[in-house]
Amino acid sequence: MRYSGFRVISEGFFGNKGWTPAWRDPDPKPEYEVVIIGGGGHGLSTAYYLAKNHGITNIAVLEKGYLGGGNVGRNTTIVRANYFLPGNQEFYSHSLKLWEGLEADLNYNVMHSQRGLINLFHSDGQRDAFARRGNAMINQGDDAELLDREGVRRHLPYLDFEQTRFPIYGGLLHRRGGSARHDAVAWGYARGADQRGVDLIQNCEVTGIDIVDGRVTGVQTTRGAIKAKKVGIIVAGRSGQVAAMAGMRLPVESHILQAFVTEGLKPVIDHVVSFGMGHFYISQSDKGGLVFGGDLDFYSSYAARGNLPMVEHVMEAGMTLMPMIGKAKVLRSWGGIMDMTPDGSPIIDKTDVGGLYIDCGWNYGGFKAVPASGWCMAHLMATGDSHEYARRFRLNRFVTGHLLDEEGTGSQHNLH
Amino acid sequence: MRINCPLCGTRDRREFTYYGDAVYANRPAEGAPIEAWDDYLHLRDNPAGETRDLWYHELGCSAWIEVTRNTVTHEISATRLLTDRKKPAKRGKKT
Ligand SMILES: Cc1cc2nc3c(=O)[nH]c(=O)nc-3n(C[C@H](O)[C@H](O)[C@H](O)COP(=O)(O)OP(=O)(O)OC[C@H]3O[C@@H](n4cnc5c(N)ncnc54)[C@H](O)[C@@H]3O)c2cc1C
Ligand SMILES: [Zn+2]
Repeated sequence: MRYSGFRVISEGFFGNKGWTPAWRDPDPKPEYEVVIIGGGGHGLSTAYYLAKNHGITNIAVLEKGYLGGGNVGRNTTIVRANYFLPGNQEFYSHSLKLWEGLEADLNYNVMHSQRGLINLFHSDGQRDAFARRGNAMINQGDDAELLDREGVRRHLPYLDFEQTRFPIYGGLLHRRGGSARHDAVAWGYARGADQRGVDLIQNCEVTGIDIVDGRVTGVQTTRGAIKAKKVGIIVAGRSGQVAAMAGMRLPVESHILQAFVTEGLKPVIDHVVSFGMGHFYISQSDKGGLVFGGDLDFYSSYAARGNLPMVEHVMEAGMTLMPMIGKAKVLRSWGGIMDMTPDGSPIIDKTDVGGLYIDCGWNYGGFKAVPASGWCMAHLMATGDSHEYARRFRLNRFVTGHLLDEEGTGSQHNLH
Repeated sequence: MRINCPLCGTRDRREFTYYGDAVYANRPAEGAPIEAWDDYLHLRDNPAGETRDLWYHELGCSAWIEVTRNTVTHEISATRLLTDRKKPAKRGKKT
């Protein structure tokens, strides 16, 4: 069923009785050409592009919970292409271009909103670094504008510009940056994959990976054994555990990242604002809630809930930056399990096991990457070669020394 | 979360800085093969369950502490000074 404005109106006349489920709920078949482990954003987009770009449709996506119940439905939805290092730059640039055509491509409203992202800076040194980053973004073909203090004031008059600890010197404006509706991205890809014949199998946890003579032959699951010629591990925070089923030890440590949302308010914050020095960022959802967050809790964790010190820290940073939000009431907070790598960049690569591929290490920036990650992972699984935009996301780069340390913070998983 | 410093007693988590997996205490010797450095710096068991990691009592006695901790429940089951690593860890709830 195609969605359209006309359809919405005509269904309204007939009691909305004509809508059908957005995807089927099939039982697993005994064998597939490709099995994707993990029904998050990256798993679903990989299945979608395998079908759409490469004509491979005999695919199952195995999800242990429900589709979109992982980080793809828990994140704060910033979509941007403001990376600096060659390797990251062209990848995120490609992803943003895919975002810009995503709704038409999926025939699904993912509420992608290019409302502009402003990264604030607070010293001369930081201004120089941001100018350099902005130039790199422009060289890549994306957009960036350096704003001085008055320029920031025109966009964000409500900030506390005179705060003593981090006075605001200016900001880097990325007009094509913004946000999207997280669940809708998962649902849109799920529906698109299902329409092309992909089986989306929920409540199906992978418990083992079968390997014979160095080649993958299938997986063991809570819904029985499933054979496959190719298997992709795309499980974000659980990457370490699933890779261990194939005897692999990954350069990944799982950490907790929290987020917060307030009650719905009238429109007050038009952009995505990030206050790096205070470890705080904020935007306003279309429903009106202020959505904000900060840094990791910093210690490795699988708890999917955070501790109070980071809650306190995030609230303090928010109050430092924009005291006007002090009266808003926080409705909810939650946490997601992040697959942190020692250089802060992802992995899209084959493994030493024939037919076994891995896509992981998204740290806390994997939402914006959902389209390009699926695009490049599908290319890798279909052709056996790394896509040119993901050619640096190699598993062995930590041994060869070709790290992609965007923030220059060194080999420590929780510092990126 | 509260952590039992063997020198100062049980203190709020805010007094401590987390460094990472206890493997950081096993720095390879100079000239060790590249794989040893990869193990030390990058590769992790990353268990969902009991793990051992290093915390620094920054706002206290400045001791390095090895904490045995559950990554799913956040429960801390044992702590010891890094300098005591050769002795067996004291078990039991101290929180
Ligand atoms: C609070 C928070 C804020 C964030 N903010 C942003 C942001 O502003 N911008 C941005 O770009 N990124 C952000 N991120 C990061 C982003 O959400 C993640 O990097 C990305 O969603 C991870 O990829 P995924 O969607 O495939 O993961 P997930 O949705 O977690 O998918 C992995 C799936 O694998 C399944 N799985 C695991 N083990 C198994 C198994 N054994 N068998 C079967 N299935 C299994 C899980 O159930 C899960 O559904 C944020 C994350 C959090 C938590
Ligand atoms: Zn102490």
